[in-house]
Amino acid sequence: MAPAQKDYGDIPGTTVFDADQSRVGYHLNQFCVSLMKAENRERFLADERAYLDEWPMSEEQKQAVMARDFNRMIGAGGNIYFLAKLFATDGHSFQFAAASMTGMTQQEYAEMMIRGGRPVEGNRYASEWVGRDGGRDPYGKAGGNG
Amino acid sequence: MARVTAGVASSHVPAIGAAWDLKKTGEPYWKPLFDGFEFSKRWEAEQKPDVVFLVYNDHATAFSLDIIPTFAIGTAAGFKVADEGWGPRPVPDVVGAPELAAHIAQSVIQDDFDLTLVNKMDVDHGLTVPMTLMFGQPEAWPCRVIPFAVNVVQFPPPSGARCFAIGKAIRKAIESFPEDLNVQVWGTGGMSHQISGARAGLINRAFDQAFLDGMAKDPSALIRMPHVDYMREAGAEGVELVMWLIMRGAMDADAREIYRFYHVPASNTAVGHLILENNP
Repeated sequence: MAPAQKDYGDIPGTTVFDADQSRVGYHLNQFCVSLMKAENRERFLADERAYLDEWPMSEEQKQAVMARDFNRMIGAGGNIYFLAKLFATDGHSFQFAAASMTGMTQQEYAEMMIRGGRPVEGNRYASEWVGRDGGRDPYGKAGGNG
Repeated sequence: MARVTAGVASSHVPAIGAAWDLKKTGEPYWKPLFDGFEFSKRWEAEQKPDVVFLVYNDHATAFSLDIIPTFAIGTAAGFKVADEGWGPRPVPDVVGAPELAAHIAQSVIQDDFDLTLVNKMDVDHGLTVPMTLMFGQPEAWPCRVIPFAVNVVQFPPPSGARCFAIGKAIRKAIESFPEDLNVQVWGTGGMSHQISGARAGLINRAFDQAFLDGMAKDPSALIRMPHVDYMREAGAEGVELVMWLIMRGAMDADAREIYRFYHVPASNTAVGHLILENNP
């Protein structure tokens, strides 16, 4: 049976966390939930690989976690609110994590926000996606669910 | 009888809570935002609500991917402030209103809305940040709270029409409760923001202003807006705004706009705030 059509598949630079993403990312996201306990945060930071190996996650998910590559984690089923437990463990803010996903430095990103944020013009559809630097798509794909 | 006297809409950005807790409210970055809620704190001191029915979303705190309830009402006597990964916020625990919550659950479920009932739940920044903005930092919160958690983490959230309709059912339930209570309904989250992916940082001021206008005057177009429009126009996480429509459903069609505030940015997000009062 063909999968249901997704009317949000053409939003650029966006992976909507739907039931398909959630199924793929279940163990990655539940690993993140475990970091809400202080003792687990300590154990994870002491030996990340050993801690991750306790979870039935894919090697791609584990590598993305260890690289702190949030776009890769989202591509592998991660959800930003779950991944927040991971960057909080590192002492980082939502703005730090968001900036890291745009290919901008945190400073550049913060300045963009103070100027009023990323404009919606040119950023509604994958077909018009300008991304950063006039069309460079730093992650090789415009939309995540497409 | 209990009465829904007013509705409050507010963003619930976690960085606002952190700025408050770290006493950064006077810094140039944060001062305009906190100044925007000064009126609201004075207004609340006059209104003295007995209970706030607080619509928010849990951020992977009380609900992991094990269970994802679309609408969950907190029926407990109290709710602890959650450790979201950096320790709990230094704010008072939340006192519930279990008799009223049980009454609402019974009424709303029999009105065809299938709620999840939660007797044990920690509450995260989605609930505590609006409390801070509206009440400041008291020793104890000045009112009881019924947490009402809406799934907006895993797509799809409930539709705008469903949210508006459940708001109406919640008002009907509250106003059939025999105790003489002043109840406010709050809708939180939004406004435009995207915090994930290469498009992070999206802000759509025109969308937000139109949404505030619709909330204040005539929400009929907002109620019909499909999720994809929120996500495309207001950012993937901007879809949280459906929660405001629960509050709007609990208000008179001709509710009076008392106050409005809009500010960009708080971290990644456009902050919107609206106070409506029902007719006396």
